[in-house]
Formats: sequence, structure tokens, C-alpha cells
Amino acid sequence: MEATTSAVSADGVRPFTIDFPDEQIEDLRARLEATRWPGKEIVADAGQGVQLDTARALIRYWDRDYDMSRLADRLNAFPQFITEIDGVDIHFIHVKSPHEDALPLIITHGWPGSVVELLEVVGPLTDPTGHGESAEDAFDLVLPSLPGYGLSGAPDSVGWDPGRVAQAWAALMSRLGYARYVAQGGDVGAAVTDTMAIQAPDGLAGIHLNFLRRPPPKVAAAVFGGAPAPDGLTEEERAAFDPFKAQFMKGYIAEQGQSPQTIGYSLTDSPVGLAAWILDHDSDAYEKISRAFVDGQPAGGLTRDRILDNITLYWLMRTGTSAARIYWESGRATAAAAAPGQAPPAVSVPVAFTVFPGEIFRAPRSWAERVYPTLTYFNEVDRGGHFAAWEEPEIFAEEMRAAFRPLR
Amino acid sequence: MSVQTSTATEIHRFEFDVSDDELTELRSRIDATKWPDRETDPSQGVQLDTIQALAAYWATDYDWRRFEERFAALLHFMTEIDGVDIHFIHVRSKHEDALPLIVTHGWPGSTVEQLKIIDPLTNPADHGASAADAFNLVIPSLPGHGFSGKPTETGWDPIRIAKAWVVLMERLGYTEFVAQGGDWGNAVTEQMALLKPEGLLGIHTNMPATVPPDVSKALASGGPKPDGLAADEDRAFEILRHFFASGTGYAQEMANRPQTLYGIADSPVGLAAWMIDHDEASYQLIARAFAGEPGGLSRDDVLDNVTHYWLTNSGVSSGRLYWESHLAFFDVKGVEIPVGVTVFPDELYPAPRSWAEEAYPKLIHFNKVDAGGHFAAWEQPQILSEELRATFRSLR
Repeated sequence: MEATTSAVSADGVRPFTIDFPDEQIEDLRARLEATRWPGKEIVADAGQGVQLDTARALIRYWDRDYDMSRLADRLNAFPQFITEIDGVDIHFIHVKSPHEDALPLIITHGWPGSVVELLEVVGPLTDPTGHGESAEDAFDLVLPSLPGYGLSGAPDSVGWDPGRVAQAWAALMSRLGYARYVAQGGDVGAAVTDTMAIQAPDGLAGIHLNFLRRPPPKVAAAVFGGAPAPDGLTEEERAAFDPFKAQFMKGYIAEQGQSPQTIGYSLTDSPVGLAAWILDHDSDAYEKISRAFVDGQPAGGLTRDRILDNITLYWLMRTGTSAARIYWESGRATAAAAAPGQAPPAVSVPVAFTVFPGEIFRAPRSWAERVYPTLTYFNEVDRGGHFAAWEEPEIFAEEMRAAFRPLR
Repeated sequence: MSVQTSTATEIHRFEFDVSDDELTELRSRIDATKWPDRETDPSQGVQLDTIQALAAYWATDYDWRRFEERFAALLHFMTEIDGVDIHFIHVRSKHEDALPLIVTHGWPGSTVEQLKIIDPLTNPADHGASAADAFNLVIPSLPGHGFSGKPTETGWDPIRIAKAWVVLMERLGYTEFVAQGGDWGNAVTEQMALLKPEGLLGIHTNMPATVPPDVSKALASGGPKPDGLAADEDRAFEILRHFFASGTGYAQEMANRPQTLYGIADSPVGLAAWMIDHDEASYQLIARAFAGEPGGLSRDDVLDNVTHYWLTNSGVSSGRLYWESHLAFFDVKGVEIPVGVTVFPDELYPAPRSWAEEAYPKLIHFNKVDAGGHFAAWEQPQILSEELRATFRSLR
């Protein structure tokens, strides 16, 4: 990667643009063409993982049809910056609204995502009048890359769990001069955003989540610790519990939590190894992405090109391993927090929650209320899944407006 | 790699051929490896220094042809059982009345694990043992592993493999035989014992499944430790608890998403790292070998096996066995025929004698040996050979 940064400002925030050298693109293409394939799965569905037809269609498209220059162009279309926080270079996109009194909003992506997940919500959120909405709903947007992800630096020492990221984000918002702001996240972004709410830095006026990363304690003990399902679950809670637990039994969570470096060699050396690992996150997203490549029928914003923008960013920045490490870090932090005698942390800022129906599990309002006594907004929308902002940017933007309107 | 395949129920000699092009291509992929940054903690899996030392040796001094010559000199056979080509090595002892023994490898192993025990077991007189302890040896490749065929339909779990092994021994004309294994080899061998085929006199295991139901339940649920565990039982419990909490990521991935591991088919270093991260003790043993301090496994040992996987493209197909199996690895299965157990000190857990006696009512041999770990035959062939002689002497 070649980064172009201008003069460093007094606050240590450097403008940034990205340029990927041709040799890296050529090397990637050579690897795609030399892909060595395993045999076909021996089931008729995705029950053994990413299907060979899907992986082949993806590699063919990546090699022959995908415009390798579009990733840098897409990123450079936004104002990007780098600033060092707590010893790590943090990359972020920062788009100010033309409207005065826009509410500053920091959105955190997850795994296996990056800021690529969030690019399509920039317009609707910062320029609502251009999207048929009111100027009063405008946001100033800060989209950071998690440490070890995308264009941020990768920490070379341990400790960068979601709590430390949350502290860094508060420092970032302060450095940008925002005295009052809100925060949003799903997946790892939900863990970071939830932790920001627990830490309650000066200026944080509220949060919105689209993933319930921290369920009620008895549910958490069963999902993360192997305890039996809690008694007395309602039908709705049971329908959420089973897929939640099944997701946390999945191999990628165990492997990235225990041996991120081991799987990392495959993710760094093999484009198909990386792409398949990224595709196999949750069944709803996998089915949608698979249809995009095999049948040419994308679900909303999850188009072939945008999916490959994300995967190409992981590839070119060699972040398969460093991104996986956040599971190892989270596991240690979760184990420490679950130690006997620890009370569940309290959240005092207002919390908003949106259920996207294709999410790993549809969080019941009862759970959200129990974890967040300050729940001020709860809504279930019609479409979208785990990658809410990526898949349904308009719906996601509408939820941001509705959730944060009372906090302006 | 091109192979001659067999048809019907006949047994064919099998020869394999690895072209220079395949070896050149492997080397060029290793040379072109794209590396991640260094781990931030040694507990995060295979360390960069270890895998880079492995790759450097693999791409330069390692010589597959040297191994191939030794490997190809053995008698290899192929026979179709239940629709799948089964590869096996078959070495008959020159001694009359040798006892037929089928030895089954595990994951991430192959018949390469078993080569060092062939001569001590078939030719004991040359190894300071008695001709009366000779074995005829059958060493099959599990379906999806090595030279065996890769099943294209589901259902090849350890139970079905056990049935196939019984067919194989019958097909070879063995009316009385014994069986041995560790890892998946233990699962298959115990399932053979549960089938109680007429000719199976007894089994030996170096990874016994002895965990009592109450202990297993406590381990699975994260519940409290059962009361009244003796010191060695308590130690086994703690080791198993640690193993289930931090050592099963690879097994979970292969149990639910084996096909997703495209990287181990496409990247030699991806495959090697995946294979050497099996358990902490064997990883440390292998890491020491590549740091210049070989113990039970040499650099060549490790790379003979990894290269065998690479050339047969069996990373993903071997992983499917985890997907197929619904058997708990260490739970008591109810084996009623005679069993010998050897506890190697660095195995995944040290089975207490009390648990072994409970798990195997006809425990004919139980011994804790001084050296060795998960890959007993590969690491400590002399010790395992002695253990097999001692176990099966009474069944001859």
C-alpha cells in the first residue's frame, strides 16, 4: 500500500488517500488464476460450508470482471484521515454535513467487514435533503477502521479488546472537537459501541445497536459458556436463543478465538481461502451473497462488486490474521468479565435498537429492555440482515434518524 | 498425482506416481508465500518463526523423493469397499503364526504415521523381541485421507469405517485378528470392538475413551467438578477442561464447515499450519524440531505427512470426518472385548487406570509409559511396539 498523507495538523490528524501498487494487483490476479480447488462438498446445500459452485463463481468474477481499481477510487471519494491513538494508527472516513447542527455519529463496522460496509449510508446520513429527508436529521459522520482492519494499523501487542477500542473512539471524537455525539454498531461494532455506553465518556449522548452482543446474563451463560438454556423462555425468546447459541458454536468463532494466527496463514496466502472464510459468517448473509455470485441476484446493497471491495481490502492490506485476533482479544475480555461476583455493567445513556429480520437472531424486546433499562427506541424493520448498513442503507439511515431524533 | 484405481471386490497392487511438475509447483507456491504479521501472543496458534522455518526447509532441503522411495518400497494395495477405494499397506511377517493387526491412523495423520512400527512388529527378532510376538500388519488410509478414495456421499463416520475394516480383514483371509488406533483410529477401533466381529480378538488404544458420564456432563456444561475425584482423575479433568476451552477450534470448524477451508487446498503454508496446530504438546514438539531440537518427530517426518496431504489434496476431504462423526471423542462407548491401554504422557489427557477399568471391563493391559504423545507410533515406535506385544501376547 502506498498512502499519501499531507502535512500533519496540530492535533495529529493527517489527511489520507490510498493507492494500491500494480504489482500487488498482478500478484492477486496470478493467485486467483492458479487457485487449487478441493473436491466438491458432498451435501446438496451449504451444510458443509461455502459451496464449491459459489467459491468458483466468486473467484471467476474477481479475476475476470471485477475492476481492481474501484476500491481505491471508492475510498478516495471520501475524506479520509489517519491519527495515532494509544500507539496505533487509526484510519477513518470523516464526512461533515452541509447542514448546521448536524449530530456527530460514529459508526463501527464488524468482522468480517470494514468501512466498505458503511459507504452507502454516508450520503443519506450527511445529506438528508438530497435523499428527500429533513435537514434537521443530518449527521456528521465518523467511520473508523478497527485496529487490525482495513487501513488502520495492526497492534503489535495484546490488549486491543473492544473496551480499548471504545476508549480510542472517545479520544477520536474528542480530538475531532465533538463535544456531544452518538454512536452506532453491529457485530464487533456492537461490542465496541455497547462498551462505549458502559464507559460513558463525556459527550456520548446515546447509542444505537443492530446486534445484541450482550444478552441477559443467564442467556449469555448458556450461549457463551455451555450452560443449559435458561428456564422460562417465551416462544419469541426461544426462537432467538437457538440460532444465537448455534452461531456461537460455529468453528470460525472458536478458531479465531483460540488460534487466529493458525487460520491466518491461509487467509493471508490464499485469496480463495480468505474469500470463503469471509463469506461463511452467518447463514442469511451467506445465502444472499451466494445468490449474488451464482445467480447474479444481489440482495440490496450486497452486490458482487461491493462484496469484493471488502474482500480485496482484506487481501491487499493482509488483515485476515490481525482482524481475526479481535476474537482472541474479546474472548479474554469476556472471560474476565464473566468471573464470579462481577455484576453486569450498567448503562445510563439512552439506547436504541433495531432488529433486522435476517440477523443471526431477532433480539426480543424483553432482552433488550433487561440489558438496557434506558432503552428509548426499539423497532423491527422489514428487510435486511447482519450487514444492515451494507445491505439496506436506506432503511438503516431511516432508523438512525428515528432513533436519534429525540436526542438532538 | 495419478493413481491406479481398483474395481469390484478384488484386491489390487497399487502404485503411485508424483510428477516433477507437481513438486515444482508446490515449491513455487511455498516460495511465493504471502505472510501475515507476527502473532501478538504465543498462544494465538502456530507462530510465525515456526512456520517460516518450516517453509524455508520445505522449499529447499526437504526431499519428497527420498521419502517416496522408502514409502513406495512397501506393498501398497487398493480394494473397493462399500463404494469407496480403500488404500492399505500390507506387510506379512516371515514368522508363521504371526497375529494379524490392523492399525488405524487419525487426523492430521496418515499411513505415514505408522511406517516406523512396521519392522518392529513384523520382524520382532531383529528388534530384540521374540518371533512369537510377530504380527502381520494391515495399515489402511481412512476414506478421504491419503490414497484412499474421497467419498462423494455422506455417511462415512467411524461406524461405517469400522464395518469396512472388518470387510477388509475378511477379504484378506484373516479369521482371527486384533486392531489398534489412537485419535480417529481409536474411534474406528472401538467401533470395530462394538461390532464384535467373529475374528476380532481384542484391541489396543493409545487414546482411550474413558471419561465417565458424570465427568463428561460437567465438562460439556461448564458445570461444577464432580465430587470425589482421585488425584489422577482430578488432573485428567482439569486437562480436559482446558482442552475443551482452548484446544478445539480446528475440530469445531471441521465439524461444521469443512468445505470452507479452501485455503488449505490452495496454500501449502495454510495447510501445514492447520495440520501442526493439533494439540499443544505435539505443536511444541514440532516447533522444537524446526528450531533445531528434534525429539520424537523430525522435520522430515512432519513434512512427509504434510506433503502427502498436499499431493493427495486431502485437507478438506479428511476434515469431513469431523463433520460425519457424532461420537463424543472421550466418552465411554461400552466395549466388551479385551482391551489394552497405553497412556503416553503427552496425550490429550492422561487416562486414569480407574476410568480405564470402568470403561473396559476386560482390560487386559494398562501401562503408563515414560515418553510420547498424541502420535504414539510416529513419535515412539519402539515403546508402542513393546506395548502391542505385551497387550496381545495373551490373545495369541
